[in-house]
Formats: sequence, structure tokens, C-alpha cells
Amino acid sequence: MKYRRRTLFSKPVKGRMRPPSTNELKNANAERYAFQLRIVAAALFVLALFGCLLARFVWLQTLQHDKYQTMAEANRISLVPVQPSRGIIKDRNGVVLAHNYSAYTLEITPSKLPDSLEQSIERLNKIIEVTPKDRRRFKKLMDETKEFESLPIKTRLSDEEVARFAANSYQFPGIEVKARLFRHYPLGELASHLIGYIGRINDKDLADLEDAGETANYRGTDHIGKVGIEQFYESQLHGTTGFEEVEIDSGGRAIRTLRRTQPKPGQNLVLSVDIKLQEIAENAFGDNNGSLVAIDPKTGGILALVSKPGYDPNLFVDGIDPQNWKDLNESPDKPLNNRALRGTYPPGSTFKPFMALAALEGGFRSANAAIADPGFFWFGGHQFRDDKAGGHGMVDMYRSIVVSCDTYYYSLANTMGIDNISRFMKLFDFGQPTGVDIQGEQPGVLPSQEWKKKRFKNPAQQKWFAGETISVGIGQGYNTYTPLQMAHATATLANDGVMFKPHLVQFIEDADKGSRTVVEPMPVKTIPLKPENLAVIHRAMAGVVKEGTGAKAFAGAQYEAAGKTGTAQVFSLKGGKYSESGTKKHLRDHAWFIAYAPANDPKIALAVLVENGGFGAATAAPIARQVLDYYLTGKKPNAPAINASDVESSGDD
Amino acid sequence: MIKRIWEGIKRPVDPWLLFFTLLVLVLSVVVLYSASNRDMDKVSDKLTFMGIAIVAMWCVANISLQNLMRLALPAYVLGVLLLLGVQFFGVTSHGATRWLNVGITRIQPSELMRIALPLMLAWYFHHFEAHLNWRHFVVAALLMLIPVGLILKQPDLGTALLIAASGFYILFFAGLPWWLIGAMALAGGGMAYTVTHWNLCIHLLREYQCQRVATMLDPMEDPLGAGYHIIQGTIAIGSGGLLGKGWLNGTQTHLDFIPERTTDFIFAVFGEEFGLAGNAVLLVMYLLVIGRGLTIAMNASTLFGRLLAGSITLTFFTYAFVNMGMVSGILPVVGVPLPLVSYGGTSMLSILTGFGILMSIGRDRKLMKA
Repeated sequence: MKYRRRTLFSKPVKGRMRPPSTNELKNANAERYAFQLRIVAAALFVLALFGCLLARFVWLQTLQHDKYQTMAEANRISLVPVQPSRGIIKDRNGVVLAHNYSAYTLEITPSKLPDSLEQSIERLNKIIEVTPKDRRRFKKLMDETKEFESLPIKTRLSDEEVARFAANSYQFPGIEVKARLFRHYPLGELASHLIGYIGRINDKDLADLEDAGETANYRGTDHIGKVGIEQFYESQLHGTTGFEEVEIDSGGRAIRTLRRTQPKPGQNLVLSVDIKLQEIAENAFGDNNGSLVAIDPKTGGILALVSKPGYDPNLFVDGIDPQNWKDLNESPDKPLNNRALRGTYPPGSTFKPFMALAALEGGFRSANAAIADPGFFWFGGHQFRDDKAGGHGMVDMYRSIVVSCDTYYYSLANTMGIDNISRFMKLFDFGQPTGVDIQGEQPGVLPSQEWKKKRFKNPAQQKWFAGETISVGIGQGYNTYTPLQMAHATATLANDGVMFKPHLVQFIEDADKGSRTVVEPMPVKTIPLKPENLAVIHRAMAGVVKEGTGAKAFAGAQYEAAGKTGTAQVFSLKGGKYSESGTKKHLRDHAWFIAYAPANDPKIALAVLVENGGFGAATAAPIARQVLDYYLTGKKPNAPAINASDVESSGDD
Repeated sequence: MIKRIWEGIKRPVDPWLLFFTLLVLVLSVVVLYSASNRDMDKVSDKLTFMGIAIVAMWCVANISLQNLMRLALPAYVLGVLLLLGVQFFGVTSHGATRWLNVGITRIQPSELMRIALPLMLAWYFHHFEAHLNWRHFVVAALLMLIPVGLILKQPDLGTALLIAASGFYILFFAGLPWWLIGAMALAGGGMAYTVTHWNLCIHLLREYQCQRVATMLDPMEDPLGAGYHIIQGTIAIGSGGLLGKGWLNGTQTHLDFIPERTTDFIFAVFGEEFGLAGNAVLLVMYLLVIGRGLTIAMNASTLFGRLLAGSITLTFFTYAFVNMGMVSGILPVVGVPLPLVSYGGTSMLSILTGFGILMSIGRDRKLMKA
């Protein structure tokens, strides 16, 4: 059928008029045809677009299915870390020094609070008392952490408080009660410096963990060892974090647990420390500041490590409040300073046995050679004075140690020269870290010509003067050592030059299996020393306790001990006579005592330092006596070895 | 007697259209039960809406085509007046002025326009059928642009576009020249390209509309904000796989990851639990409904019937396409429900009213034949 399609926009066919004609009907048919064409076009349009959708579905649901399946699983499954319980720290006899207990805390997530922090705490205060101390502590925590972390506002809630909060918890979005494991140090101040403490993980800790690749293992852990054993053995104590696969809804609410990987608890530490001995040692100091380190010379195991004053490590666990922090930090007694390995002091006369041994080994003086002591030593127009006016008379090596004759060592040091002294002393780890298992050890100073060159920038000061060697000879001058170094050197001497690395941890105990890993005594080295030379020193040090400067303190001891007293000058006397009553307490001399016992078969070696304690014989030796008494005979003292009044008594060093 | 009543009920109904529609509706109840987390209240609500809408469909199917034509002009005029009313006295909510308070309840005049505009345009072309020329298309375009412009001002981009589409389908079936359609398609495509690629969006659309477009282009840019809907919908569909996770077993659905999962995003639930197979079945069901609608249009005896039936059918298709496209992440998020499936009375009512009109058009042909 041929017809002319009437199209729009074409001019109407001329002469086409109404009423309808056959032409009109044809047009109607044409229009119908055109319409049907459009219906077909529409149908194709529909099919094409539905085809697009189908293609999209095929893409998403078959080709990309795995990806979206994974995303859906990631949506729904949340890995919730399960914190391992931290290893317990025990002394050598199993006395618990650090453990965990579980308690409820009230925690605030600042970013989730509906109103300001102050308002929320105010509202909370109506239900559970929030003390000003809690608030201060919380403020400090907030300053140290990120907004979205949950921080404890109040710890150790009572059951009643937990119940009261639970009933009202709907009023407090962003605040919740959580059950947490808390670290507790049952002995408080006792042994605080060696145990250390844990504290909340701060930005620096976090950066360290990141460097160590340990961040994943610390998910869900808020605390980390900050000082002492807690810090040094962090990786053993922490354990391995477990994980719970929890199905969650879009609001993050847990619906059910799908799978659980148990955490592996941290390992327990058994120390070589005898906490009874530690307690006796700490008490022996009375009100005095100072330090004591006792070592088993045959293993290097530390039996006691005292730094007085101590502090209560429990204060740090939940975040210390600013007032306590200020008190500890600003106290002139510096209770946070671990004097045993961070305090450096001139060794005073305790240096003399090592000097004597150096002279024998180096052939600078024989044991029998005696000098006449006039009470002073002239050098370069300067008089180096002995403690005893008029001198000690004829002094050989034995007597030089027993009576602690300065003049003998002035001349000896002058003969040897600084570099010979320094070379020998280095063998005993003077001026070097001992490698003990606590961080932050100070190396002290073992002076030498080389050291002085490095120490001073001014060329005029870089030169070593022979006069400076003379002071070093009696343990004064530039040389300063930590009590740990003194104890370590004494132990090495007691053990005839066989040196062990001092360590606090004896066993590492697996909490699950109960198996123990022994921290083997590590013989660092054996210093080649002639037995006959050692015998001279041993005999002389035994003489100190029997008939010398230490005799008074060790009167009536049931064992034979060997020791040496020492006094370290704090204040330069510039040639004047030292008088205790005339010198302010903090400028008074430090008292030293080093000892080992029994003299013939040493089981313990120690170094005692009493800050501003005056003469070593008067204050430091009695402390050593109490410690040795207890360790060797089990005798417990009735009172501190010394108190403030003892410091006055005088004696020759 | 009963037989006569049954005959009376059956008379206006198009059995195929009803059958295909019921297939989709049955499916929708099954999906809703899962999407609502077995909320029987919602299911019974949905059944109530269905009942009311089917009755409404039957009533509309009974209206003769002549009477429908008489309704066209008044309905359109009333619609435009109400839209103007919205401009001046409308109720504002969520930054948009879409509602008119008529004392008892709030009404949304744009809903009326969904039916009134195609009705009006179909009537207009029918009225001037004998001597149609290009001027009529211009007038028809203006008739369309008045309500579309008013709705766009509310602002309600989604509804405006869909109403514009329903008007455009009338023009298309009335014989809008192909070259013009081609030109419009090119211009539209070019504009969309320009807007999305040259950041002109900010100047032309409102901020939230811009954001939706930007979100569709890169949902991961803002995964917890505007992109959340698209991402979670896409994850739900994609994780459904070939056969789906099974009815009531969709994790995205039941752990509350899919937002608006009983309404605009119900297709994500469907895709997750029934997979590609289910999606294909749904597409086929929609195609059956659309096919029946186009058949009615094809066979309609008057231009009015043809145009109206074509427009209603293609508008239904458009809703389905836009919704599924949006949920599966190939179109921006516009608040368009999945026709017949999403929970919600208004949408159900307007769609089944439209189907009532389709049935009326289909019946008209039968009467003519008889």
C-alpha cells in the first residue's frame, strides 16, 4: 500500500479538507503505523536499559562477587582484641612483687559525649562520686591521649557503684563500666626502683611499638612497662593478644561471637632478688638517702637493689594525678631517680683496693714496700693532706688498705700515671655500663687523658695535669661511678676476676605450661690476675673488717667478711679541715662501703652508698653488716642500721 | 446471582496485567518480610496498602475513557494551582517546601501531577488530533514545563525529572520528530558530561544534589557520609552472588547495614538474598508488566488512550530502572521507590491507579470492537 506519510512540520497537503475522506482514513492508518513504530522503539529502549542493569548485576554478582563478599564479611565481622594477662613478677622465693587483679572502671570516651565533658562529669557525680583528684587525673590523661579513646574517670568501683551506674547508664552515652585487669604492686614502695611500674601507653611508646612492629599485639592494651623490670622485660611480660571474631551490626553492637583465639598470657619473671634481704637493706637506711646493690659474685644475680627514697609504683598504674606527680618530681630527695644505676658518685677510698691491685699487677709497687707517711704528700707546690694529722707512720700495702692511708695512694697514683690506672680499672667495668637488665644505666666516668680531651672543648682544659692523677688515686677527682658499678667490681674482685653480668631475672616462667627458662649466669670475661696479688688484696680487705676502719661495724660477726670503707667528697674543702657539724647536710660527704663475705668463699658482694652520710665506716658499714648478717646467718635486725644522729660520729677512713 | 456479581467485578479488569502485577506484589511481600526483620506489622500494613490500591485500581478501571478525558483539564489546573499554593503557603521540612497543609493532613501536590500531567497532555493531543502541527508540541512542552518548573523550585529534582519524563513520553508517542529526540539526547548527554567533568555542578544544582552526583561518581570519597548508601547497597548486591545468601540470611540486611532497606533500598535486600537469579526473575516480571502495558497502548483505539497508556507504562519502567540503577550504583541517589515492591502507600496507590487507567484504556478497545 502506497501512501504519503504525513509528517509533522511538513506543510499540510493543500486542498485536503474536512469532512473526512478516504485520504483521511489512510492518514489514520499511517498515524497508527507511526505510533506502532514508536511502541517498538520504546520496547527496544526498555530492553536496552534493562540490559544495562542486567550487565551491572552480572558484573557485581559474578565478576566482582569475591570482592563484595569480602567487604560484606569485613562489615559484619569485627576483630575484638582480648588482652592477655600480664606476667607476674616474683622474688627468688616466690613472693609476689607485681600481679594483676580484675576490677570495674568507669570510662569516658570524650568524643562520644552528648554535652561538654564538665557537664557530663557533673551529671555523673550525682550518681557516683567523682573526686577532684579523679578529675585532675582524668584531665592529665586526656592531655596525653587522643579524643576517641576510652579513658578511666574512676577505677576500682564498688559493686554498689557498678549497680547504681548500670541502672542509670541510659542517661550517659559515651560513659561505660568496663571490667579491666589492673596491675598491683602489693609491697608498695619496697623494691620500687627495681620492679618499676607500668603506665598508660603514650605517643612515644606508640611510636616505639610501631618501630618494633608490635602495634597489632598491643591492640586492646592500654598499659606498658615504663621503668625497671616492667620496662626491660616488657616483651616477655606482655604476652600475645588474643582475638574474638564478633558479628556486629551497623551500630557496632556485638550480636554474637563467631570464633575466639585465646590470648597467650605473659611470662612470669622470677627474680634473683631476695625480697626479705631487700626489705632489710631498705630499712637499714633509716631516713637516709642512698643506694645498695648486693650481687651473688658466682652468678651475677642481683640479691638486692636499693635506691632510697622509693615511691609507690601503684600511683602510676591508672595515670598519676598531677599533685602526686609534682610532689615526686620536685622533691629535693629525687625519689624517682634510681640511684643504684643512675646516681654517679666519686668512689672515695673504696677505690683503694683496686688501685693496690693495679699496682701489683702492673709491678709498680710490691706488697711489702712501705712508705713513711708524714700526713701529707707534696706535689707541684701543693700539699695533698691525709685524714690523719701527723700521718700513719710506716705504711705497706696491707696497712694502706686497713687504715685507708691517703698518702700511700697519692704517691702510688703519681707513680702509675692516669692512663695505667684507667687501663686497669676498665677491666672491672668502671666507667662502662654493666649491662644490667634495667634501662637507663649511667656509665659514670673513668678519667683518662683521652677522656679529658673528649670531655672539654676548650683546648686549655683538655690537657691532663699530673696533679689530677693524685686525686684519682684516692677515688676523688673526676672519677664517678654508680653503686651498681661498685658492687659489680667488688663481686668481680671477690670472684678472683671472673666477671658475671649482673642481672635481676633468674627464671622466665611460662604461665601456661609452668616450665622455666633459666637465665644462665653469663661469665662476661675472666680478668687475668695473679693469685698471689689477689691474696694480698683479699687479706687486706678482711683486715679492714677485723682491725681496720670497718672493725667497729663488724664487731662480733659470725662470719669472716672483707670490705673497704669510703668517703666521697661532695664539697671541695680547698685545703680546710672537714667538719660535719659545720657543713650543711646536703654538702656533707657521701659514705661508701664495699664488702663481700664469707671472705674465703664469697656468697655475696655489695656496695653501699649513703648520700651525705659522712664517714663510710660510721654509716655505710653498719648497713652492710645488717645485710650480710641476714643473708649469711638469717639474723634480722631490730632497728635501722643508722639514723640521722649516727651521721655525726667521726672516724678515719 | 453470584456469577453476575463476579462478572461485574471481572468486567473492567485486564487479567494479564493483573496477573503480572500480582506476581510482583507477592514477591514484594516476601522481600518485605525479610527486609523488615520479620516485622508482621509492616507486612500487614503492606497488605492493607495493596488491598486499598487494588480496589482503587478497580474503581479507576471502571471509569470510561470519555470521563477520564473530561477529568484531564480540571485535574491539571487543580494540580498547578496547588503547586502554586505550595510556593506561597507550603510547609517546609528538611530544606524543601513540598507540602500543603489542608487542615486535616498535609498533601504533596506533586503526587497528583504524576497522573494529571500525562492525562492533560494526552487529552491535549487528542483534542487537536486532526490538525496537529509543531505549534502543538510547543504548547504541550510549555504545559509540561509549568508544573515541572514549580516542582524543581521546591526543590525536588527526582520527582521533577520523573514527571518531566512522563510528559516527554506523551510527546514521544505523539510523534516528536526523531531528529529532535536525537538532538535532545545529545544535548542532555553533553550537559551531563559537562556538569560532572567540569565541576559546573555547584552553579547549576543545589549543594546536596551536587553531592549526590559526586557521590555516585566516587562513593569511596565519603564512605560514611553520602557514599554510605551506595556502598552498602552495592556490597549487599555484590555479595549476593549468583544465587544469593538465601531468604532471611542477608547479613547486610539483618545487621542493619542497608539504610532505608524497606523503602528506597529494598532492592539491595532482594539482590543480597536472591542473587543474580532473583534479579533476573524480577527484571522479567517487570518486563511482563511493561510488555502488557505497551500492548494495551498498541491496541488502544483512540490517540488519547494510546498516548496515555504508553506514558504510564514507560513511566512505570522509568521508576523501576532509576531505582535499581541507583541501588546498584550506576545512577545518583534520588528518592525513587522500587515500584510495587517498596514499602509505602502513596507510591503503591499512584502506580495501581495508573494501572487502573491502563485497564480502562484496554477495555475501551474491547467495547469498540463489540
